[in-house]
Amino acid sequence: MNKKWVYRFMAPAAAALILAGCNFSGSGDEASGDSEGGSAEGDGNSAQVITLSEQSDIPTMDSTKAHDSIAFNVLNNINEGLYRQNESNDVEPAMAEKHDKNEDETVHTFTLREQNWSNGEPVTAQDFEYAWKRVMREAGPYNYMLVTAGIKNAEAIMNEEKDADELGVKAIDEKTLEVTLEAPNPLFETLLAFATFLPQNQAFVEEQGDQYALEAENVLSNGPFKFTGWQQEQGWTLEKNEDYWDAENVKLDKAEFVVVKDPQSGANLYETEKVDRVKLTSSLVDQYKDNDGFTNEKASGIVFLRFNHNHEVLSNVNIRRAVNMAIDRDGLADVILKDGSTPLYGVVPEGFYTSPEGTDYRELNGDINKGTAEEAKKFWEKGLEETGIDSLTVSLNIADTDEMKKVGEYLQAQLEDNLPGFKLELKAVPFAQRLEIEKAIEYDLSLSTWGPDYADPMTYLDMWVDGSSANRMDYSNPKLDELVAEARTDTDLSNRYKTLLEIEKVLLEEDAAVAPLYQRGNTYLTRQSIENLVIHPAGADLSLKWASVK
Amino acid sequence: MKRYLIQRFAYALITLFIIVTATFLLMQLLPGTPYSNAEKLTESQRAILDAKYGLDKPVAIQYITYIGNLVQGDLGYSFQYQGRTVMSMIGDRIGPSALIGLQGLVFGTIIGLVLGIISALRHNTAVDYVSVTIAVLGMSIPSFVFAALLQYYIGVKLGWLPVALWENYQSTILPSLALSVTVIATVARFIRSEMLEVLGQDYVTTARAKGLNESGVIWKHVIRNALIPVVTMLGPLAVSIMTGTLVIEKIFGVPGLGEQFTLSILVLDYSVIMGITLLYSALFIFVVFFVDVLYGLLDPRIDLKGGSKA
Repeated sequence: MNKKWVYRFMAPAAAALILAGCNFSGSGDEASGDSEGGSAEGDGNSAQVITLSEQSDIPTMDSTKAHDSIAFNVLNNINEGLYRQNESNDVEPAMAEKHDKNEDETVHTFTLREQNWSNGEPVTAQDFEYAWKRVMREAGPYNYMLVTAGIKNAEAIMNEEKDADELGVKAIDEKTLEVTLEAPNPLFETLLAFATFLPQNQAFVEEQGDQYALEAENVLSNGPFKFTGWQQEQGWTLEKNEDYWDAENVKLDKAEFVVVKDPQSGANLYETEKVDRVKLTSSLVDQYKDNDGFTNEKASGIVFLRFNHNHEVLSNVNIRRAVNMAIDRDGLADVILKDGSTPLYGVVPEGFYTSPEGTDYRELNGDINKGTAEEAKKFWEKGLEETGIDSLTVSLNIADTDEMKKVGEYLQAQLEDNLPGFKLELKAVPFAQRLEIEKAIEYDLSLSTWGPDYADPMTYLDMWVDGSSANRMDYSNPKLDELVAEARTDTDLSNRYKTLLEIEKVLLEEDAAVAPLYQRGNTYLTRQSIENLVIHPAGADLSLKWASVK
Repeated sequence: MKRYLIQRFAYALITLFIIVTATFLLMQLLPGTPYSNAEKLTESQRAILDAKYGLDKPVAIQYITYIGNLVQGDLGYSFQYQGRTVMSMIGDRIGPSALIGLQGLVFGTIIGLVLGIISALRHNTAVDYVSVTIAVLGMSIPSFVFAALLQYYIGVKLGWLPVALWENYQSTILPSLALSVTVIATVARFIRSEMLEVLGQDYVTTARAKGLNESGVIWKHVIRNALIPVVTMLGPLAVSIMTGTLVIEKIFGVPGLGEQFTLSILVLDYSVIMGITLLYSALFIFVVFFVDVLYGLLDPRIDLKGGSKA
C-alpha cells in the first residue's frame, strides 16, 4: 500500500520535476539554424558564425555594476559609449559624432550620432547622464573610474560628501551631452571607452526594476551586436545588430559563447570542433604547442616583487637592485611558467601602449635593472657594506595559488644561489590574505600582481605616488609625485608621454623600488579560419566588431 | 510513527540551526572581502561598501539579521552575481545537479546490484573475481579520473556522446556515469557479502528443502533480505554523490550547484556560501531521515516509534 505509493507516484513525479528544471541549452530557445551549434569550420561558403568560450558566467550585464572582464567583453560588443577601442588599442569616437572642448579642456561637449536602442528608442544624451549618475548613486564597483576621469564632483560623491545629482554631466538636449571636468585630463577619451561610461535607457531600466540585466531580454543594446540569448552558467549568444550605425563593417553574423570551466574539457571541445577558441593552462601547453591553432598572446597584467621600504635593509637601494638583477626572468618565463608569460624589466608591459609617435613604451624605455649574477653580487656586497650586515633573512608574502608558489620557489632558489648570505622564507597565504598583509605593509617582500584599469601607461605609474592606496610599500619619492601630477593634466600628448617614460625611470633606474618579474601571457587554441579577433589590454579584452571567418 | 516524524523533524531543525550558526561564524574567519575588485579599493571606498551591505555592523547583529531574514525565507543577494537572489540562483542550478546525481545513483545502484548478485551466485569463479576487481578499482580511483577517461574515449575518440556542455539529454549521460562509479563499487561489494551471508542462512536451506525452485529462493528469500542493509548505504552514497558533483560538474560543464559552491567560497560570496551550505545540509538530513523511514517500511521488525524500552 504505502510502499507502492512511494514507488508508483514519487519516482516518476520527481523525475519529471527535475527534467523540467534542467534548462538544456539545446532545447529551450529556438533551434538556431544549423544543428552543429555553429563552428567556424564552415562547409565551404564559411558561415560568419563562431563559437568562443569563457571560463565562467557573466556576473552581471548591468554596466553600472559590472566588475569583471567577462561582463566587460559582452558589454563592449553589444553596447557603445562615446568612444570605442579600435584595432590598434587607440580610442576613436563611437556614439560621439562630434567632440568639442573649451579652451582649457575642462568642458567637453559631445554631439551624439543617430543610433537606436534595440527596442527602437533613440540613444539620447539623457541616457548617458542617467547611467553615469546611476554608477555614483549605486556605488558601482568601478565608480572610481569617474574620479579618475576627473568628472566634476565625482570624488566628493564617492566619499558621500555630495549627492550623485551634482555630478558634472548634463544633457543639454536630446543629442548634446556636456561633461565638466575638475581639471584638464589627457586620459579622458581613453577612459570613455570603459564599460562604466556606457549609456542606459532610464525608462527601460526602471520598467525592468530588479529584473534589469538578469536575462537577455532585460538588456538593451546599441552596439555592433545584439544580446540574443543567455543561459545561466552555460553560455550566451551575440548576433549582428543590423541597426548599428557602422553595421557595414561588422562581418560576423553570430558569436556563440559557451562556459567551459575545465581547460582540458575545453581542449577536447576544440578538438571535436564544438568550440573555436579555448584558453589553455600551462599544464596543457606541451600537449598542444604543435597544434595549428596554438597561439601565445601577451596579456597586460604584470607580476612583480614589492619591497617594504621601511625594512632597515631592504630600504637600501643597492640591496634592492641586487635582488632585481639576481633573478633570471628568462628561466622563469620559459621553464617554470610556460604559459605565454614573458620576462619584464619595467612596470609597463610590452605591446599595448604606444607613444603618440607610434613606438612602444618598452622599446623607448628599454630593459631596466637587467643584469648578470656577477653584477647582482657587486650591488649586493655594496649594500651589505652600507647596511653593516653580512647576511639577510627575509620572508616573501605570496598567494597560495599554483602559479605563485612555483614562482616563489624559483625566486628562493635564484636569490639564495646568486646572493651569498641571502635567505628567503616563503609565506604562502590565501590570495585575500596576501592582499590584506600587503595593504597593512606587514611583509618584507611581497609577490604582487597588477592589471590595468584603462589603456594607458599611467595605470601602472600613478600607483607609486606617496600615499596612494595601491602603493602598499611606503615608497615615496617627491620627484615621482611631481612628475605624476604633471602628467595628469598635461594635454600635450607627446610631452606627456615623455613624462610617463621619466616616471618609470625614477621608479626603477633611480630607486629600484620594485622588482618587475614577468608580463602575463595567455595561450589559446584558436581556429585558424577566424580573422581579426581584437585583443585589448584593459577593460574589455575582446572586440568582435572587426572579426570574420575566412 | 507520527510522533517519531515530529521528533525527527525537530532534531533536523536544531541540526540545521547549528550548521547555519557554525558556517556563519567560520565565514567571518576567512580573510578578504566579497568585493571582486578588492585589489583596487581604497579604505574609504571599502568602508562605504561595507556600510551599504551592512558588513560594518558587529558580527552578532549581522547574524541576527541573517537569521531573521532566513526565517522569512530570504537568503539575500549574491555579491558576485549582482542583482541575483540566492534563491533564484539555487533554483536555476539545482535541476542539473539533481538530475545527474539521481541518475548516477540509479545507474550505480542497478549496475552494482547486478554485479554484486552475479558474483555472489558465482562465488569464487572468474566472474566473481572480475566483478570484485571492478569494485576495488571503483572504490580506489577517484571519480574525476573516470570522468576524464570517459570524456576522452567516449566523447573525443569514439564521438558517441557529447564531450561536455549541457545541450540535451545525451549531455547528462557521461557525468552520471562518472558519478555512478563509486556507487557501483560500494553497492556491488555490499550486496555480494550480504548475499553470501544470507545464502548460508537456515531459512534459505529450509526454502530449498520445501522444494522451492532456485530462482524463487534467490528472488524471494535471498535478494530481498540482502537488500535491506543496502538501503542503509544509499544515504551516505547520496551524500558522496553530492560532493562528487563538485568536480564532475566542472569537467563536463554542467550548470549545477557544485561548481557554484566552490566559486562562491573562492570569491567570498557570503550569502551564496550560506545558502548552498544550508541546502546541502538540509538535503543530507532529509536523505538520512528518508532512509530511516524506508528502512522501517522494508523491515517490519524495525520499530519507528522509538519503542517501549521499559
